Amino acid sequence: MAKRGLGKGRVKGESQDIWLRLMVNGRRCDVVAPVQKTLLEVLREDLGLTGTKHGCELGECGTCGILVNDLFVLSCLTLPVDIQGKEVTTVEGLAHNGKLHPLQQAFSELGAAQCGYCTPGFLMAAKALLDTDPSPTREAIQDGLSGNLCRCTGYLKIFEAVELAADRMGAERRKAATAPQVAP
Amino acid sequence: MTDFSVIGKPRGRVDGPAKVTGQAQFADDLHLPGMLFAKLLRSPVPHGRIKALDTSRAEALSGVVAVLTGKDLPEKYGILPVSQDEEALCTEKVRYVGDPIAAVAAVDEDTAERATELIALELEELPSYMTIEEALEKEGEPIETLRFGPNVHKAVSLEFGDVESAFAKADHTREDLFFYEGSTHLPMEQHAAVARWEPEGKVTLWSSTQTPHYVHRALAKVLGLPMNRIRVIATPVGGGFGGKSDPFNHEIVVAKLAIVTGKPVKLTLTREEVFYAHRGRHPTLMWVKTGVRKDGAITAMHFRSFLDGGAYGSYGVVSTYYTGALQTTTYKIPAYKFEGTRVYTNKPPCGPKRGHGTPQPRFAIEVHFEHLARELGMDPIDFRLKNLVEPFTYTANWLRITSCGLRECVEKVLEASGFRDKRGKLPEGRGVGFGLSAYMSGASLPVYWNDMPHSEVQLKVDRSGTVALFSGAIDIGQGSDQVLAATTAEVLGLEPEDIHLITADTDLTPIDLGSYSSRVTFMAGNAAIQAAERLRDQIAEAMAAKLDVPTDRVAFRNGRVMDAQRPEGGVSWEEACAVAEAAQGNLMSRGAYKPPELSGPYKGSGVGPSPAYSYSACVAEVTADPESGVVEVDKVWIAHDVGRSLNPTLVHGQVEGSVYMGLGEVLLEEQVFRHGLHKIPSMLEYKSPTTKDMPPIETILVETVDPEGPFGAKECGQGPLLPVIPAVANAVEDAIGARFHEIPITPEKVLSAMDKAARGEEPLIGPTSLPDYHLGEVLRVDPPDGKKVELFPMHEET
Amino acid sequence: MLRLPPFAYVAPSSVEEVVEALHTHGPDAMIVAGGTDLYPNMKRRQFEPKVLVGLANVPELRAIRGTPEAGLTVGAGATLREVSAHPVIQEHYYAVAKAAGLVSTTPLRNMGTIGGNLCVDPRCNYYDMPFPWRKAVGFCMKKDGDICLVAPGSPRCWALSSSDIAPVSLALEAKLRLIGPQGTRALEANDFYRDDGIEYLTKERDEILTEIQLPPAKGLRTTYWKLRRRGSFDFPILGVAAALTMDDGTVTRARLALGAVASRPEEVVEAREFLEGKEPTEADVHAVAEAAFELAKPLDNADGHFYWRKRMVRPYVQGALKELLRMGPPESWPREYN
Ligand SMILES: Cc1cc2nc3c(=O)[nH]c(=O)nc-3n(C[C@H](O)[C@H](O)[C@H](O)COP(=O)(O)OP(=O)(O)OC[C@H]3O[C@@H](n4cnc5c(N)ncnc54)[C@H](O)[C@@H]3O)c2cc1C
Ligand code: SF4
Ligand code: FES
Ligand code: FES
Repeated sequence: MAKRGLGKGRVKGESQDIWLRLMVNGRRCDVVAPVQKTLLEVLREDLGLTGTKHGCELGECGTCGILVNDLFVLSCLTLPVDIQGKEVTTVEGLAHNGKLHPLQQAFSELGAAQCGYCTPGFLMAAKALLDTDPSPTREAIQDGLSGNLCRCTGYLKIFEAVELAADRMGAERRKAATAPQVAP
Repeated sequence: MTDFSVIGKPRGRVDGPAKVTGQAQFADDLHLPGMLFAKLLRSPVPHGRIKALDTSRAEALSGVVAVLTGKDLPEKYGILPVSQDEEALCTEKVRYVGDPIAAVAAVDEDTAERATELIALELEELPSYMTIEEALEKEGEPIETLRFGPNVHKAVSLEFGDVESAFAKADHTREDLFFYEGSTHLPMEQHAAVARWEPEGKVTLWSSTQTPHYVHRALAKVLGLPMNRIRVIATPVGGGFGGKSDPFNHEIVVAKLAIVTGKPVKLTLTREEVFYAHRGRHPTLMWVKTGVRKDGAITAMHFRSFLDGGAYGSYGVVSTYYTGALQTTTYKIPAYKFEGTRVYTNKPPCGPKRGHGTPQPRFAIEVHFEHLARELGMDPIDFRLKNLVEPFTYTANWLRITSCGLRECVEKVLEASGFRDKRGKLPEGRGVGFGLSAYMSGASLPVYWNDMPHSEVQLKVDRSGTVALFSGAIDIGQGSDQVLAATTAEVLGLEPEDIHLITADTDLTPIDLGSYSSRVTFMAGNAAIQAAERLRDQIAEAMAAKLDVPTDRVAFRNGRVMDAQRPEGGVSWEEACAVAEAAQGNLMSRGAYKPPELSGPYKGSGVGPSPAYSYSACVAEVTADPESGVVEVDKVWIAHDVGRSLNPTLVHGQVEGSVYMGLGEVLLEEQVFRHGLHKIPSMLEYKSPTTKDMPPIETILVETVDPEGPFGAKECGQGPLLPVIPAVANAVEDAIGARFHEIPITPEKVLSAMDKAARGEEPLIGPTSLPDYHLGEVLRVDPPDGKKVELFPMHEET
Repeated sequence: MLRLPPFAYVAPSSVEEVVEALHTHGPDAMIVAGGTDLYPNMKRRQFEPKVLVGLANVPELRAIRGTPEAGLTVGAGATLREVSAHPVIQEHYYAVAKAAGLVSTTPLRNMGTIGGNLCVDPRCNYYDMPFPWRKAVGFCMKKDGDICLVAPGSPRCWALSSSDIAPVSLALEAKLRLIGPQGTRALEANDFYRDDGIEYLTKERDEILTEIQLPPAKGLRTTYWKLRRRGSFDFPILGVAAALTMDDGTVTRARLALGAVASRPEEVVEAREFLEGKEPTEADVHAVAEAAFELAKPLDNADGHFYWRKRMVRPYVQGALKELLRMGPPESWPREYN
């Protein structure tokens, strides 16, 4: 029997199926899964969100990176039970109404995705970075993305893509700020 | 035709949007209804005989659907027809820790894994051979005995010209020994394959593979099915670098499990298992001797290589030749002798990693020449410039050189880096180093020799005007989709996004031999251009009649078809297609590419010839700390002759990625073993450079417009790796005097070089001897002196 | 895909409930905070607890309280990101901020806690490997086997203390607060660790580490030097933590500790003798470095050649001390590679 949430001291034998109530990309998802199933597995196997990739499942590559309440974390080391009620964002949640996020646009334009396998993880790391530092220096980008490995690009195109996206987002913000205010 | 509208423009890739939205479906992303999951039981010993194997407890486990052992798949296979030495599951012997013995399909991965642990396995351990020396010198039951003696997989000895008398003519000779440590591809995507048994009696395999065609052949052989009962679909490859270009045991196993169970089956390797699948860089021991005249002209070279091949053949025969074949493509070497030996060891098999067999000798030669030139009292750069190959010539080993921008690459990279003002003049602890290289734009012979094309492309237009392009080529990140779409679009006056690609599906797409040896741009690109030109000509003919102009005045531009002299008129592409379809029926065309006959008149001449060679020259600037032994690369400048840059964005990306991988090899990465096991099969301990370890790179593209390349293009995905390694080693010498004849250059090796210097010894780190192995008879070949270079351009306008 | 073995999960919301749960489930239970150390270990079957007691829902563990004058108290559940970005810690306890900021990677610092960091399982590259590999090598006494593969004759495990913050806690003489069924106790950081790769903590299984108390910051100068081969991801293969209390130019208190040279963080006690009560000279710094060099005995069970790791002790100790003593211009100090 699936149990909703976990109280103090409730323990059930070997494997414990629980009822998870997750918010993923703005949608509520209810899943019943063994408690030891990581968020990576639940996203890919239960929710069909295979955009989140994996390269080690041990925290050693960053490929499985996602956002939980805007914080960049590794889904391979996250238990879904711990993040109920928090907002999960995956690569599938970046584009809005069919319009690519400026980071996605820039990655695509500059060839920052070669094989594309590391790309979802890098995009999420870059999103978290730009959320806190909208116009990062090259060094800040290297830092912000230092939890992700890529074997194809040598990273330079990725850095350039983040810079391009930051520039464009900055320009958007300035345009919005100077646009004439319409009275409500 | 130089006013290109697509070619040469920096732009994104057609597969970009799918990859940045997470929609690209990699093999492990596939989930089929009722799918089972497979796991492999692997050998825990490096070398052993299977005494007993009992799977009954595994079979009895609830949730287990099928168990396979070697008996179920006895047929041997291997990528090369000459080395069919692999088994999908070992039958008698295991040859490395990780060699698969049994396979389980179960309802989930956990159950499959638990079942593998229930298999009772009894092994008799045999002596293990973990190094080249052990393979050749240690007593005991060998891994394999072929005609070259125990544990020797391949031995080759070739002499071009009279090397002995050419050495006699030299004023000076020098010999050096080198060792190049093994390294692995470490693709971010772990190999995965899914197979499904189709009701009509066929099996479909989806796999992360660079070579669906060769997988197709191997499956047919091992499963005992005709090829038309098997369909192989390559999924987007999440990083290959050569590591996914063999047919793999897990691919054969899932296919068999799908047949046996009638259900879809998936097998995804763990990161540890990816280290066992390997096929990476051969650890290579090398000896080189070069003779030169006082004026610096090379008279002769003798090169010997010993390759540590691991447990199976893989591409090893070819790898062996590659450690000798391309020496002559950068320097004029009038007399050249090459001896190569590849041994079996009890380690995961080595194979093709980016640069396949050529980074090792390139490292050796570019370091060797530094010493040689200085002994001669010559500037090492001047020495190289004096000996550079000339375009449109033949080498002593019968390689045809066509376009060659090597000299320009050297000049440009020296200028951009300020090398001449820096070499020997930077403060202690800082230095610059140089290296150059050449690489093939596709091997001119296929793995299975035949007279058929290497790449074919079909185009088909539907009523919407959409051009569907069918090609067997698989994008492994190198951008082959973009090359196909862009070349086709250019010819037809469309945008790459207008081309709909259907790739790498043996049921649907015509042949492409695979994404290896940097062949796809050159070969599939040429095939695509031919197909596009033929389609264009069909439409031009129909439009000529309609516009009432001669056919050659019909122009294709910006999605429109018009009279070239009245560009403002004309019709849309869709209308033009309708006109053509009305006149001619189905609109479709085909193109094919087969390299010209380029092999020389000797056995072994099949390895090395390529329709064109790319060239690179590199300068690295480093800081080396004699106190800590740490070497840091401050900047890399690299000039690359790509023939024509079809898309600068992608070419820069390929060059930068190559430099990255080269830097990893020269400073950090090692596929090493301890107690018979891989020492560090983990992403954390196998040190791949991070974002914080990456220096800036300045890439300079040199365009020589190759007469046979698609729009003049040559390769850019492998060659630029090669010169990085010697450039860094040479820079370390410039910085602190330590001479590295061995990579990786790790801090403790730097410190031991400094310790040697302090003791007054030569601060040289490297091997000191060669194993005692004598090759058989040498094959003597006369160089093609005076042979005129013939060209075989494919397209009128390129 | 590597997966976690099954376990039952308990998610208490107070320290009291944590202690209760640990007590109820006895040796079958383990605490998990960020899980960045424990989950990979469990996926490799190095730990197979039947019950996990998660700290994610215990907000009281996350607080950072106090003042630099009176001393700062950092909750064990504060994440490494929170610790490294905390303005008071950055200003007054630089070594803590720096060490926390150098742990692993950005996402791991968003998840990993300082408490988990102090308790990180000692590492060894014969041990931190997937189950099939460990089985093939024949297991070792730290899990599933009975010998040590690094030092086969040895009766003990030499796994390496690999926490970045552990040596810092020694150098700062931090006090650690533990709560268990027996009540609360405060331990000197130095007394928290044991020189054994398996039983590496003096903490009882049913005790929880709740906070790290940092001393008053007056006159305190601290730093941490980390050695690793890549600029990210890697555990320290040498850590040097130094804390000096200064009165004008005179050192009144000196503490130096090394990480990743033994199964526990090791204090270099000679630093007290050579540095305290004076304005240390270059020679004093060298003498401390020499003592540290003697103390460090790296083995072949971590990244980097052990010869190199030992050699780096001297320049690292000199560098860290020169930095704190502001001895000469920074360009003249040895370099740090992290
Ligand atoms: C790729 C990678 C790189 C890493 N690099 C580094 C590095 O460079 N430096 C470094 O120091 N660490 C490193 N780590 C280890 C780890 O991420 C950090 O040490 C982290 O701070 C651990 O904290 P946690 O909260 O995730 O611990 P957890 O994994 O939750 O716990 C670790 C251990 O501490 C115990 N524990 C946790 N909290 C408490 C508590 N409050 N009371 C009692 N016991 C407790 C747990 O039972 C467990 O045994 C790395 C990990 C990975 C996967
Ligand atoms: S030090 Fe010895 S006992 Fe300890 S983990 Fe390593 S091999 Fe095992
Ligand atoms: S999959 Fe590698 S960090 Fe999660
Ligand atoms: S694009 Fe292939 S790993 Fe990053």
